[in-house]
Amino acid sequence: MYTELLANIAILVLSGFVGFAVISKVPNTLHTPLMSGTNAIHGIVVLGALVTLGRVENPSVLIQVILFVALIFGTLNVIGGFVVTDRMLGMFKPKKDNAAPAKVGAER
Amino acid sequence: MNNLVNILYIVAFSMFIYGLMGLTGPKTAVRGNQIAAVGMGIAVVATLIAIRDTSQWILIALGLIVGVALGVPPAKYTKMTAMPQLVALFNGVGGGTVALIAWAEFLDTSGFSQFHHGEEPTVHIIVGSLFAAIIGSISFWGSLIAFGKLQEILPGRPIGLGRAQQPVNLLLLVGAVASAVVIGLRASDGGAAAWWIGALLICAGVLGLAVVLPIGGADMPVVISLLNALTGLSAAAAGLALNNTAMIVAGMIVGASGTILTNLMAKAMNRSIPAIVAGGFGGGGGAVASTGDGEQKQAKSTSAADAAIQMAYANQVIVVPGYGMAVAQAQHAVKEMASLLENKGVEVKYAIHPVAGRMPGHMNVLLAEAEVSYDAMKEMDDINGEFGRTDVALIIGANDVTNPSAREDSSSPIYGMPVLNVDQARSVIVLKRSMNSGFAGIDNPLFYADHTSMLFGDAKKSVGAVTEELKAL
Repeated sequence: MYTELLANIAILVLSGFVGFAVISKVPNTLHTPLMSGTNAIHGIVVLGALVTLGRVENPSVLIQVILFVALIFGTLNVIGGFVVTDRMLGMFKPKKDNAAPAKVGAER
Repeated sequence: MNNLVNILYIVAFSMFIYGLMGLTGPKTAVRGNQIAAVGMGIAVVATLIAIRDTSQWILIALGLIVGVALGVPPAKYTKMTAMPQLVALFNGVGGGTVALIAWAEFLDTSGFSQFHHGEEPTVHIIVGSLFAAIIGSISFWGSLIAFGKLQEILPGRPIGLGRAQQPVNLLLLVGAVASAVVIGLRASDGGAAAWWIGALLICAGVLGLAVVLPIGGADMPVVISLLNALTGLSAAAAGLALNNTAMIVAGMIVGASGTILTNLMAKAMNRSIPAIVAGGFGGGGGAVASTGDGEQKQAKSTSAADAAIQMAYANQVIVVPGYGMAVAQAQHAVKEMASLLENKGVEVKYAIHPVAGRMPGHMNVLLAEAEVSYDAMKEMDDINGEFGRTDVALIIGANDVTNPSAREDSSSPIYGMPVLNVDQARSVIVLKRSMNSGFAGIDNPLFYADHTSMLFGDAKKSVGAVTEELKAL
């Protein structure tokens, strides 16, 4: 009955506190990459699209279209989010081995 | 098999948390992000295992492929200066996903009245889905507007209804919530008609547009962060509805951290979040301080040659970058100029205001791209004491973050906002395109000070010209 729901709500509340605890220590300078990183993590919504699309039975075309777009959006969020964050953070590497971004910059 | 899926979810969200912890330091950040990405991969694989008996494999495979194909090119090749709007865009589609899932769920269960898998109780499914639909929709449309404004497809200035804005927004919110209530009440009674969910999504969507459109460019970083937090919350709500622990944990962590980030940013700008949501700077019209209308103040202009000489013979130069540097893509030119100065024995530091550019850390990312060392970039509190000992402060396309009125003039709209104490340097050189005021639309007395000289022009060209002069010295 409600045990599962209550367990989930407990997880929800605890996660909120974890979020507060982890983030409050980030230096100003990393805020943009951090925003981008958390942005990538809420790409977890792609799981919702997968689960919903995965278990509908005999869906109408409309439902299929909606969920197909949802899946694309979710994937975009995940992939785009992580790649962008990785690129931003790559800029902070102390060594000059990150030749690719430097080159891109030099072309301009 | 279900246990395996749940174990994988636990592994996945542990990696999210561990990855986020890594993001708190410059040295561990890259690895932290990669750990989180691997966690995401595990979560997706686990979900694919969970739905292995599905009849929709073709659509699922196609959706994943199309998503990757559309996501990678812009993420990889967009210029660093355009990162804020890209983050806004990726945030928006996440919110869109949640809203679309809720819509599909509504249709599939005939308005949450007929569940196919014997779910019981259903109250959290209904409440979670409807909450996710409202917030997700606001986030999607709001983020699109933020993207449009930063990409300069839409004008950056506030666009709104003025006085009518608040009641209209409230009406839209009431409309969305009322639709949700009707859907909820009819769920046990055969289900609400499909247009109710349409009304909900439209009200919430228009609300998203109506809230973000009147917000000025200066407040955009805070707005993106706020929308990011909202998308996280909607993801958590959807996770509750779908009984998916990975979504609950990840969504809630983002919701919580996004709220903190938003707060930090708003504080750095001396703005309160309600005030930002209520309308942008100057949204009321005419209220913005126009100090000293009668007496025309004169700013001194200087030449690249003079600026070069001034800096070449300084002991210490502090560079204050702002949005103008980002727009002009001047970071590489700045680095080249700084190297020349350093070869002449001048100490060069960079003073980074927390909200310089359009996002906290925006300047750091750009300067790091130009291979300026992490240690040379100083945060505001660390460097503010040093301006008094500095010969030349070189301001490149920054304005409001250097405005001394924030310290001195209690009638100024930005009074109380922490600023860089640039005016305490022995001399100040300002690189700027024109005398136009900054995003906040406020006059900056720094520009008229006796020890300030202005070098007008595109930041990149000006810095280039100074560099040429330095080479010639």
